[in-house]
Amino acid sequence: MSITLVLFLIVVGITLVITAWAAGRTKTTVQFWAAGRQIKGWQNGLAIAGDYMSAASFLGIAGLIAFNGYDGFMYSVGWLVAYLTVLFLIAEPMRNTGKYTMADVLAYRMSPVPVRSAAAFSTVAVCASYMMAQMIGAGSLIKILIPTLDTNLKPYFNWEILGTRLDPSISMVGLLMMIYVIAGGMVATTWVQIIKAILLMSGAVLLTFLVMLHFGFSFGHFFDAIAGVKDKVTGLNFTQPGILYKYGQKQVFGVDLALIDNVSLGMALILGTAGLPHILMRFFTVPDGKAARASVAWAMGLIGSFYIMTTFLGFGAATLVGKANICASVVNGACVGTPNSNLAAPRLAEFLGGEFFGTTGAEFLLAFIAAVAFATILAVVAGLTLAASGAFSHDFYVNVVRTHLLHGHVSEREQVLVARITAALVGLLSIWLAARIGATANAAALVAGVAFVIAASANLPAILFTLFWKRFNTWGAVACLVGGTVITIWLVAIGPGWTVPAVKNPAFPLQNVGIVSIPLGFLLAIVGTYIGDLVKADRLSEVKFHEIDVRAQTGLGAEPNPVPA
Amino acid sequence: MEVGKPLPAPGAPRTEVVHAEPAAGEEVHWEGLEQSEEFRELVRRRFRFVLPATIFFLVYYFLLPLGNGLAPDLMKTKVFGEVNIAYLFALSEFVMAWVLAYLYIRKANTVFDGLAAKVRARAGKGA
Repeated sequence: MSITLVLFLIVVGITLVITAWAAGRTKTTVQFWAAGRQIKGWQNGLAIAGDYMSAASFLGIAGLIAFNGYDGFMYSVGWLVAYLTVLFLIAEPMRNTGKYTMADVLAYRMSPVPVRSAAAFSTVAVCASYMMAQMIGAGSLIKILIPTLDTNLKPYFNWEILGTRLDPSISMVGLLMMIYVIAGGMVATTWVQIIKAILLMSGAVLLTFLVMLHFGFSFGHFFDAIAGVKDKVTGLNFTQPGILYKYGQKQVFGVDLALIDNVSLGMALILGTAGLPHILMRFFTVPDGKAARASVAWAMGLIGSFYIMTTFLGFGAATLVGKANICASVVNGACVGTPNSNLAAPRLAEFLGGEFFGTTGAEFLLAFIAAVAFATILAVVAGLTLAASGAFSHDFYVNVVRTHLLHGHVSEREQVLVARITAALVGLLSIWLAARIGATANAAALVAGVAFVIAASANLPAILFTLFWKRFNTWGAVACLVGGTVITIWLVAIGPGWTVPAVKNPAFPLQNVGIVSIPLGFLLAIVGTYIGDLVKADRLSEVKFHEIDVRAQTGLGAEPNPVPA
Repeated sequence: MEVGKPLPAPGAPRTEVVHAEPAAGEEVHWEGLEQSEEFRELVRRRFRFVLPATIFFLVYYFLLPLGNGLAPDLMKTKVFGEVNIAYLFALSEFVMAWVLAYLYIRKANTVFDGLAAKVRARAGKGA
């Protein structure tokens, strides 16, 4: 048995033990969705970091920097600064007014049936694109690093469903995340995320330390080496901006296309985070608004340190491993084969392990970093599964169908049961979808280009206006939730897209559509509100504003944290 | 970086007057509270911090991609060795985010929380 497989099994083993423990504490809805609101601020900070730093952060950014130098670092910067939006505008008001999901906050003021349905729609769209990226990433990671596991699993997942053959590695990841969420709900998810955050930080610190050890702890030598790496196409060296964003080449409306693309990416990153359902959900797990604030502080400390280290990982891989050796399969110095096969971080680990600890060290460090990446993906998909099933079961089934359409009372028992069933459905659906699109999807583009943009164009205006704009009403909320989601997906579909290879001469020129869709989302919210006003559709939302205003700012009457039984 | 103080363990006594508050669902005169001097003071103080801070971080953040695109030669200027302005500017974004977060949290712990507690106490007395 290879070291990689052993470490993978250890990660799986630990997480399953946690899940078994958590299952005993997951009986009521508040336990299933919000871990009984017993998570401490610092714990939630670690869990947010674990929920947030996905495969796109760890493998993706390291790869982007290893291939494109400085420009790849732009993702890191945006992903941290984003938390200022969360801290200033979202975290405390969310905890003060919400219950289990984002839609709970909106439904406070708005007409519940349309608003919850619309929020469930946008939530599922964000989670689906985010989840696909993670699962596809996990699939390629396992196939490359432990091909025997994939082959051995094959007989168990050798099913063809609706013309798509299931992928063994993806299916295994899907099954694990289903087990965590179904059995252990938010409690298991939280602790899987906390452990993953600790593993990921240790991995990044270790690699950063070894990179600097290689360069004799001299930034001068390190940067000399980085400047020695040149991009063949642009002639720039890797410390310089302009390799990924080729400024001054194409123009739209007289403005540099690369510049618009980069600014557009930035908008999605710093505004999208505050609308990610699986991150918002984390704020309901702490006892009060003050703890929500503290958890953002912890998260920012961890996430910021990690993203600064991405430059050491990425530049380290660029200088020590070299572009030609980063991909899984290399022909004539270029990466070939399946997309998402960038292995900058694992290959860097292999190199450094070999340099300092010999052949066994290389094998061990590679296996360790691969296991960290695996844990990273598991923690993120668990959070996403929980958020998506929250939208289906808590928002749609319990609050729309059963409570408002059928006027029924839904018992605790039924709510938790339905939550578990929807988690299973979400899991199965994503296993199938990931296998279906896995061969052509560009995982990183799905996260930053679709999930964050929908979150910023649909969810963010709905949340901000609900909390801070008195006139906002149901029409405005539904307009931006549905419109923002549809516009984003449409622009991405007619743009260069999220597939590999990218479409040539697309109808819409931008890879990052946020610069168009985010303002449109906000505009739809405003226009929708005024139309709603004209037809006098929703009088209640303005009356209820006084209540949500006071609650959001003061925490008065916030959902209590029940004393553990 | 200082982070928010850890919370008291669940069940431990809290410093704020939680029990004087009306429970969820109880009748509260929200509009009256919203008009109260304490609440308006809270909103004013928070707004006075959050609005300029938000404008500042948005401007500061977008200066980086704009600088890279519009003034590439300036950004490529080496400061020491091969370390250039572009990289240092990107690093400064992290420092900026941490400093702003620290300032907000300090303000929230010392000013906003006290004002919010006053509003809640007022509600407990039946505003």
